[in-house]
Amino acid sequence: MTKHKPSKSRIVFNVFNYAILGISSLIAILLFVHIVALSFSDNTAIVSNQVRFLPVGFNVEAYKMLFQDTRFWRAFGISVRRVIIGVSINMTMIVLIAYPLSKYTHQFRMRNIYMWFFFITALFSGGIIPMFVLLNDMSLLNTVWALVLPTAVPVFNVILVLNFFRQLPQEIFEAAEMDGANEFQKLFRVALPISKPVLATVLLFSIVGHWNSWFDGILFSTTIDAYPLQSYLQTIVIRQDFASAGITDPDSIAQLSNISMKTAQIIIGMVPVLMIYPLLQRYFMTGIVLGSVKE
Amino acid sequence: MSSKRLKQAKKNLPLHLMLLPGVVLMLVFAYVPMYGIVIAFQQFVPAKGLFGNQTWVGLDNFRIVFTYPKIWQVLRNTVWISIWKIVLSVVVPVVFALLLNEIRLKVFKRSVQTIIYFPYFLSWVVFAGILIDVLSPGTGIVNTFIKSLGLDPIYFLGNENWFPTTVITTDILKTFGFNTVIYLAAISGIHPELYDVSAVDGANRWQQVIHITLPGIKIIVILLTVLGMGNILNAGFDQVWNLLNNNVLSTGEILDTYVYRQGILARLYGQGAAIALMKSVVSLGFIGSSYVIAYKYLNYRLF
Repeated sequence: MTKHKPSKSRIVFNVFNYAILGISSLIAILLFVHIVALSFSDNTAIVSNQVRFLPVGFNVEAYKMLFQDTRFWRAFGISVRRVIIGVSINMTMIVLIAYPLSKYTHQFRMRNIYMWFFFITALFSGGIIPMFVLLNDMSLLNTVWALVLPTAVPVFNVILVLNFFRQLPQEIFEAAEMDGANEFQKLFRVALPISKPVLATVLLFSIVGHWNSWFDGILFSTTIDAYPLQSYLQTIVIRQDFASAGITDPDSIAQLSNISMKTAQIIIGMVPVLMIYPLLQRYFMTGIVLGSVKE
Repeated sequence: MSSKRLKQAKKNLPLHLMLLPGVVLMLVFAYVPMYGIVIAFQQFVPAKGLFGNQTWVGLDNFRIVFTYPKIWQVLRNTVWISIWKIVLSVVVPVVFALLLNEIRLKVFKRSVQTIIYFPYFLSWVVFAGILIDVLSPGTGIVNTFIKSLGLDPIYFLGNENWFPTTVITTDILKTFGFNTVIYLAAISGIHPELYDVSAVDGANRWQQVIHITLPGIKIIVILLTVLGMGNILNAGFDQVWNLLNNNVLSTGEILDTYVYRQGILARLYGQGAAIALMKSVVSLGFIGSSYVIAYKYLNYRLF
């Protein structure tokens, strides 16, 4: 294709296009900068609307108080525990379920029965009330198991991985079988080492999912001491329900009601996601292309 | 059983073993709660347990639910919010993907993508926390800007007329970047020769968008719309519960928040379960038909 001079209308379009996309991105960044600025600002400056994109009356009081807030860090610790246990369970389940289901019915006759057994759970669920009652019956309320067992099998991630397995060249499995490999060896020695992109994708989704979920923490805990971080933030920052957190002294309540304190908590709450975002970005495309644009 | 069958059954044994832990977990944590929908037909006392000797009340819970003056309002709110979300979550990302696709400057394109899909990965608690700050009528930066234009501040989250708009807009803000990247991926899958040939035929950029790019992503657009329609009764609990307040219940309460409020917070387990059951059944119908449509007409194979 020969390069020719762009037409006038093309130039006008380009200017507008760059402007629209540039300005919307800039607004997003500025809002983020604003939130960060709030967390470092003096509260009187905040309530009198002086803070824009730079801190006014710069101080780190909010973070200092936050670092001494044992409730916050207990919730943080529960979240870390939840992510470690939950993601381990998720990954084990995804791999162990996706591999047999990636077989075709002529290789594995029961394949479709199992497939529907899992898929139905994605289509229909009993809802939150029976789940609450069940976990109560099993005495799992207020434990990390109430947060990781009901979400143990993420069906759509299983489907993502099984579709990836199906695209692998069948010859390598046949060759492995010739060498006397059983199904476990075919999964762990042959399939997994060449499936890193899709495994990284579901791993990251699983981490973000466990870190971000907040409702189950509230639903399946009877005390705020058992809340993971996002559930804790929902109570303290969003609903400002200090009573159910057992916070009664006026000084603490005043501190926690400060906008700088609220924004500091929000920022710490998103730091882990921010940290893995570059990785998320890299594998995210893989996941999308595999998951959605599949014909 | 023929010996060949037997041999295959033996060979498949490891596959069954791999599936066993998942099957057990799903039986306990998905199928038992499915059985738990019987709560909707009981005068449920939690202390007796899910399999305890509960009193059966037939359809009483359903009858009571339909006498709630609010139920139709809640249903209307749910459908209204979710329809707008379904429509805009296709239109906005498609427009952005088309615009981004025209950008030749790689660094710029990549930076914009990085920025717009970041919010997708934030929890609704964090995102709502930010929104509550920046949209506040008193100290929020958005209203500070509006006031600097000489206009009255807008109670985005506190005014019942504004609330659904705020919910719809902020949901799109959080998710459009993610969908934009999906459509960009679809656009990049279109054969470049198509553009070259049409350029030789004298087509300008706009005509190429209309005649090549849009038809090229038509299938994925329709597919995601159809699959999105399965969510018509899911107006987004995670979002709405974090933004909802007592001033805006008349336009902001949706089915899922109502189930939580009635079924768990007010401890009316039977009635909550009755609403949830009706919602699940209707949703199953919608989701099921959307998959069937996608399967039949768009050749979509999920697995």
